[in-house]
Amino acid sequence: MNLNLKMSLSPHIHSGNSVKKEMYGVIWALVPVWLVSIYFFGVDALRVTLISVLACLAFEWLIQKFLNKTESTLWDGSAGVTGILLAFNLPSNLPTWMIIVGAFVAIAIAKMSFGGLGQNPFNPALVARVFMLISFPVQMTSWPVPDALNFSMVDAQTGATALGIMKEGLKNGEPMSELMNHIPETFDMLLGRMGGSMGEVSALALILGGLFMWWRKIITWHIPVSIIATIALFTGILHALNPGQYATPSFHILAGGALLGAIFMATDMVTSPMSKKGMLVFGIGIGLITVIIRVFGAYPEGISFAILIMNAFVPLINKYLKPNRFGKEVKNG
Amino acid sequence: MSSFATHTLKTFSIGGIHPPENKWSAGQKIVTLPIPKQVSIPVIQHIGAPSKVLVNKGDVVKVGQLLAESSGFVSANVHASVSGKVSKIESAFDSSGYKRISVIIDVQGDEWLENIDLTDNLISNITLESAEIVKKINEMGIVGLGGATFPTHVKLSIPENKKAEYLIINAVECEPYLTSDHQLMMEKSDQIIVGTRILMKALKVNKAIIGIENNKPDAIELFSQKLSGPSDIEVVALKVQYPQGGEKQLIKSVLNREVPSGKLPIDVGCVVQNVGTAFAVYEAIQKNKPLIERVVCVSGHDLKNPSNFMVRMGTPVETLIEATGGVPEGTNLIINGGPMMGKSISRLDVPVTKGTSGILMFKQTVSNHNQYQACIRCAKCVSVCPMGLEPYYLMSLAQKNRFDEMEAAYPTDCIECGSCSYTCPSHRPLLDFIRLGKSEVNQIIRQRNQR
Repeated sequence: MNLNLKMSLSPHIHSGNSVKKEMYGVIWALVPVWLVSIYFFGVDALRVTLISVLACLAFEWLIQKFLNKTESTLWDGSAGVTGILLAFNLPSNLPTWMIIVGAFVAIAIAKMSFGGLGQNPFNPALVARVFMLISFPVQMTSWPVPDALNFSMVDAQTGATALGIMKEGLKNGEPMSELMNHIPETFDMLLGRMGGSMGEVSALALILGGLFMWWRKIITWHIPVSIIATIALFTGILHALNPGQYATPSFHILAGGALLGAIFMATDMVTSPMSKKGMLVFGIGIGLITVIIRVFGAYPEGISFAILIMNAFVPLINKYLKPNRFGKEVKNG
Repeated sequence: MSSFATHTLKTFSIGGIHPPENKWSAGQKIVTLPIPKQVSIPVIQHIGAPSKVLVNKGDVVKVGQLLAESSGFVSANVHASVSGKVSKIESAFDSSGYKRISVIIDVQGDEWLENIDLTDNLISNITLESAEIVKKINEMGIVGLGGATFPTHVKLSIPENKKAEYLIINAVECEPYLTSDHQLMMEKSDQIIVGTRILMKALKVNKAIIGIENNKPDAIELFSQKLSGPSDIEVVALKVQYPQGGEKQLIKSVLNREVPSGKLPIDVGCVVQNVGTAFAVYEAIQKNKPLIERVVCVSGHDLKNPSNFMVRMGTPVETLIEATGGVPEGTNLIINGGPMMGKSISRLDVPVTKGTSGILMFKQTVSNHNQYQACIRCAKCVSVCPMGLEPYYLMSLAQKNRFDEMEAAYPTDCIECGSCSYTCPSHRPLLDFIRLGKSEVNQIIRQRNQR
């Protein structure tokens, strides 16, 4: 028998996992959030997602083809994930050209200029979001008020997010009890019936996606849980000290982008730490900075900045917070 | 048949993976393979110095006769596995792909040395004293049969300043596909238990633990039953988690002791021996039988009859494969050992040696070491590493030839289990580069120590 044997080093088997499977897993996890956003924001939600994803794919393809002249990694799903996450961070009534500018910032500046997949220090979708927040402050902070199954193309009413109402009100010296009347019920916030970016409104859909990624072992619990726990603890202490001035932990977790950030943005594998200890420190840092910005800063929402700031600390975290090495210290008495 | 609830099972604390077990040859009775016409017996089948050949071309030898003599403390005797005439002593390929001095014997009949007991009678009474046992194990050419082939007498010779408390019998067989240890346990349990007691006597310990992975509930049941009375040997069911059979992992699982980095099991009072070795020790001590045969599992994709064979050392690998129905069409990878840590072989005329635990035939190479993507920093390699290392980081340093820095990341702790490469979604050959780094770092350490 004519044998053509291959010589290779062990291991000779592989789990079958791939970058593509990981990325498409994230995309599957984002489906519930996407469906909720279409339910609340209508056709506009479809438009924003589609434009964002197509623009991200297009920029990646163009850069790899004409600038880098490397093999295309278009279908590994990573540019698609960036596109969807960018869309989820935008208001559904954003003009198309702004979305395309955002996609350019995400892919061309935040990802490809660092060397492409795996090389970027900052989360591309968040870099784009923050760039847009600074460049287009008006459009980026007037949020359509959700209206279930509004498929008319008429411009919907716009308003501020729950966090925005809170911030503005407190600045004007309105009492907390009064403010709470303008804020959606906890139950509505859980479902997503409130103003906000497309992906951040429904806590339930976000948690469902997070559980799916955890079950598929795409993410571990460390980052999301440490972020949420830190936010809950920090705002809980503040609320206990002065309920008239500081909102409840459940408000801080449900209103705004805390869950979207904790579950989908901070867990971006490229820009988060490698060891479990590092992940916890990363998450605690994000939680602290988020609350500091929200409560003491100028912006009503702070999780995007918090994640980007902690992204910058990741190399340092990786250097000093190593995994528990087997046999590092003798614990045998 | 009782199975043990998963949550009560012991296991190691850091990392680990669970590849598909695919133990297709499980439950297949051990079949004694017919003696081939010719065998090729390399004088090095163990870790350590090659043995010195004692026979000459034309000599007539009997089964069990010494062919090559141990040439140092870390070395092992090699015996004739067949009777016949030494036709030549030449350099021949072994399964590692290297040429080794080998004694080629043309088989004539099956004549054994008279002092070897070939009956099935179980001899439980251990008459030899500790030192005599170690000496005889050395004479009989026993080496670790789990695959590492470290001479057993070396492991049993405890340095004066150290003390063994526990003997741990490694009956984990955590490599997918392999079933040789499992089947041996099912058929030779009494002998293995006596072998364990011999090893305990040699080590002067009064406690032994047999660690068995929970995917062998019949073996756990059988040994628990046989050892239900006496308390000197404990059977511990272990979670199915690779690399459960790694020495350091096994000690951690059964005793919750952690062998410090750079140290040996004896530093935490343990000596680990493979279950196959325990059987070989029984035969050597009670039956005067040198290590001249072993159980080899033959399995693979689309193989007609996955089997467990009792094989004489030196039998060509192709004889085993023919007995299972031949190499399946389309096979392009043949492995000596398990899929996680075994070595690929390039030819079928190489002999079975003391370290051959299995021969696996694979259809397509599922791990491709050439095509890999950028690291996406998913941290999966970090979380599966049972030694708590950072494979992604070690690889990137090795790729950049930054070996001085690499030393501080402990590549020398790597047990080469392959969990990192197995799990990497970018198919990066992490272990290949860690091996490179390991050897470079070891060289740096050696050079520094010489100064």
